[in-house]
Amino acid sequence: MSTVERNLSMDRRSFLKVSMMASGALLVGCGRPAPVDEDVSDQETWVANLYVRIDPDGKITIVSKNPEAGQGVKTAFPMVVAECLNVDWKNVSVEQAPLDDRYGRQAIGGSRGTPDGWDDLRVAGTAARELLVAAAAQKWGVSGDECVAENGSIVHEASGQSAPYESLLNIAASLPVPDVEDLDLKSRPADFSLLGTFVPGVDNAKILTGQPLFGCDLRLDGMLYAVYEKSRVFEGKVRDANVDEIRNLPGVTHAFVVEGTDDLRGLRSGVAIVAKTWWEAYSARKRLRVNWDTNQSDSSADYERAAEALKLETGEIQRSDGDVDEAFDKASKIVEASYYYPFVGHANLEPQNCTALYHESGKLELWAPSQNPKSGRALIAKTLGISKDDIHVNLMRIGGGFGRRLRSEFMAEVAWIAREVGQPVQLQWTREDDMHHDYYRPAAWHHLKAGIDADGRMSAFDHHFVTFGKDGETASGADLSANHYPAGLVPNFRLRQSLIDLNVPTGPWRSPGHSAYGWVYQSFLDEVALAAGRDPLEFRLDFLSRSYGETQMDLQRATDVLKLAAKNAGWGTRQLDDGRAQGIAFHFDHGAYVAYVAEVVADGSSVKVDKVHAVVDCGPVINLSGAKNQVEGGFVDGLSTANLEVTFANGAAQQSNFDDYELLRIGQSPKIDVEFIQSDHSPSGLGEPPLAPAAPAVCNAIFAATGTRVRNLPFSRSGISL
Amino acid sequence: MSNVSLKINGQSVSIDIPSDTPLLWALRDKLNFVGTKYGCGIGTCGTCTVLVNGVPMRSCVVPAVSMVGMEITTIEGLDPAGEHPVQRAWDEEDVPQCGYCQAGQILTASALLRQNPNPSDEDIDSAMAGVLCRCGTYPRIRKAIKLAAKYAGTTGGES
Repeated sequence: MSTVERNLSMDRRSFLKVSMMASGALLVGCGRPAPVDEDVSDQETWVANLYVRIDPDGKITIVSKNPEAGQGVKTAFPMVVAECLNVDWKNVSVEQAPLDDRYGRQAIGGSRGTPDGWDDLRVAGTAARELLVAAAAQKWGVSGDECVAENGSIVHEASGQSAPYESLLNIAASLPVPDVEDLDLKSRPADFSLLGTFVPGVDNAKILTGQPLFGCDLRLDGMLYAVYEKSRVFEGKVRDANVDEIRNLPGVTHAFVVEGTDDLRGLRSGVAIVAKTWWEAYSARKRLRVNWDTNQSDSSADYERAAEALKLETGEIQRSDGDVDEAFDKASKIVEASYYYPFVGHANLEPQNCTALYHESGKLELWAPSQNPKSGRALIAKTLGISKDDIHVNLMRIGGGFGRRLRSEFMAEVAWIAREVGQPVQLQWTREDDMHHDYYRPAAWHHLKAGIDADGRMSAFDHHFVTFGKDGETASGADLSANHYPAGLVPNFRLRQSLIDLNVPTGPWRSPGHSAYGWVYQSFLDEVALAAGRDPLEFRLDFLSRSYGETQMDLQRATDVLKLAAKNAGWGTRQLDDGRAQGIAFHFDHGAYVAYVAEVVADGSSVKVDKVHAVVDCGPVINLSGAKNQVEGGFVDGLSTANLEVTFANGAAQQSNFDDYELLRIGQSPKIDVEFIQSDHSPSGLGEPPLAPAAPAVCNAIFAATGTRVRNLPFSRSGISL
Repeated sequence: MSNVSLKINGQSVSIDIPSDTPLLWALRDKLNFVGTKYGCGIGTCGTCTVLVNGVPMRSCVVPAVSMVGMEITTIEGLDPAGEHPVQRAWDEEDVPQCGYCQAGQILTASALLRQNPNPSDEDIDSAMAGVLCRCGTYPRIRKAIKLAAKYAGTTGGES
């Protein structure tokens, strides 16, 4: 293999790499150097670091580096490369990369896949294309400027010559790598032919015919199946268990106590049962008797009492602009309201699972449905006391992420079990395990007060946020940015925070924070608009027309999505039947601007969400299908979650399965019309932004239809049923 | 242990399993039909749906031994080439997000269309009510079923 490489730019620590394999295939890679303790000179392993491979038979393979959980990256990333490479999408095969440090970040979180990948993907595709152009130019003895790349061939119009890419690989591999700074990267919607079109997912063929694809679908020779019992009371430890009896049950091959660690996000104390089939392991578990040491008894009732006691306290000031108290004194009207949202779970439809094989050599191989395999590998290395270099992680398609699989304890569990067992083993949690051992989105109480001045504008805003945490540090997923909307849009603004200690695990939940407090802000803004005697849309547009210091968003883009959603929905212009009403909401997070107009039909306190008009500005759309899917799904998820809650008693979650944690069903799901404003800004991700404004758009419509202001979630706490 | 003979996707198979083994785990762990997925284990989410004599059933709560003599269709058997009108429509509308529930959705939709070749939105909502989608692909499921009805109509109602 011959290899040339060039630094992309020192600050980005990326580089472009072109290689030729013995088979004659051309590889173009673009990535980050491994940490210094790794051997980066191993040329064979460079194969893993490619983005583009063109085989001598013309086959084009594009590698997708990030895990796929339904957010669509496995289709979207290769589309970006194919767009820049000027090849026909029909001729492209897509491969999932394993965990490999040279790819840099390989995680699903923060809607960062698209914005982070945008440059590297375009560089890889464009560099490959320009190399092939240069190769053709050399072959024909003409200037590269006279050659163009079209549908997998280089064409020289003046002479009528044409050469398919695969005929140019040898020459291309011998040419100097293009200077990255000189690459002409496509960046605007007007430049694209493939991007922005509706492209079905690359895994559809397997999904639609039931071929193995997900982590739990893996079947290895000699593979055993495991269940892992942990204390339902969080932090509980095994004192003793009847593992000797369990070991003699049908099909059971191993049963043992795992002491575990004190890391609440790591390997917790429990009992592993391994059997020839999962059903046998599960059946044996029903006979398991464990005595647990537990020492906590958190309950939702206690949290509510603590929150009530904190309500009248000042709390810690997080941000203070202007003179809030004076503005309240001068206000012509004051609006006060308290909002509450509960804990919720992730409820990925595929319960946590992972497969591992511990080789005699001491190397460990995993097949992980993980949103953050790198952190899972680090956790395993620490827990088992082995080097991360001895751990290979294959990325499996994930049956739903939503932030849950950023935590990796299931990887540590199966790794530990696999080392004990010495055979391939698949750990499969039950639905109940999944519900009882989640990292829940924290509940919170918001006490809000707004002053309206003589012009009908919000002149003062005081917000007391009662959430969870200790010693000034919020619990994971329980924080609220002091700089987010509506900060910077109100001249006199104050955010105060009080914390309640807790012992249940919490964590990021799709669009952490935003997915909850977006509902609070956008509902309360409606209350303020109506108290001021103004239309909720007109009030919002006016609100976005002036700022007081820095805001995190582009107010024009925010205004544009609101205006277009209102126009599409016929806001204020369409005659609506009795019982039917519209609500509007807007939210900005993770770089994207989302506005919804939701239309509900109310029959007493029973509400059906019938129709939604969505308008989104996320910059250029990569895959129209994937982008729309995220908006549709984000809305449905937002609505579904506003109807759910997890409660705690005696230190344990009380919900166990879908009979007491009822996700939205198809008949409760609205029709959703989605339009994008495709701006020339660089693209943002879309996994998270569509979620936050869903519930408030619905709640604002519910108020318009019924006169009931939903200030407590789930809906049932406000007397509303879906 | 019971020896059970089952007919799955037109093929007869024989397996030794504990007599209380649900069809789901017989399919997944003994027969390698992993297209049928585990979601809840109590028959509420519909992820594990298979067709039994053409009728959607929750394989997680049906003992495999009770399935003797029945025609069981899993997602692998609907049309391995993916050319069934429902599969074609599902791809064209690009229904899946994570994809985990889709076998249950597709099999339930195919049973609906066999009974009702031109379902309304209400018919669809009623027939599909038993299958949860955590990702929220419901709007596309409605569209895809209508497109599949069109395909089935033009290809002689093979659904």
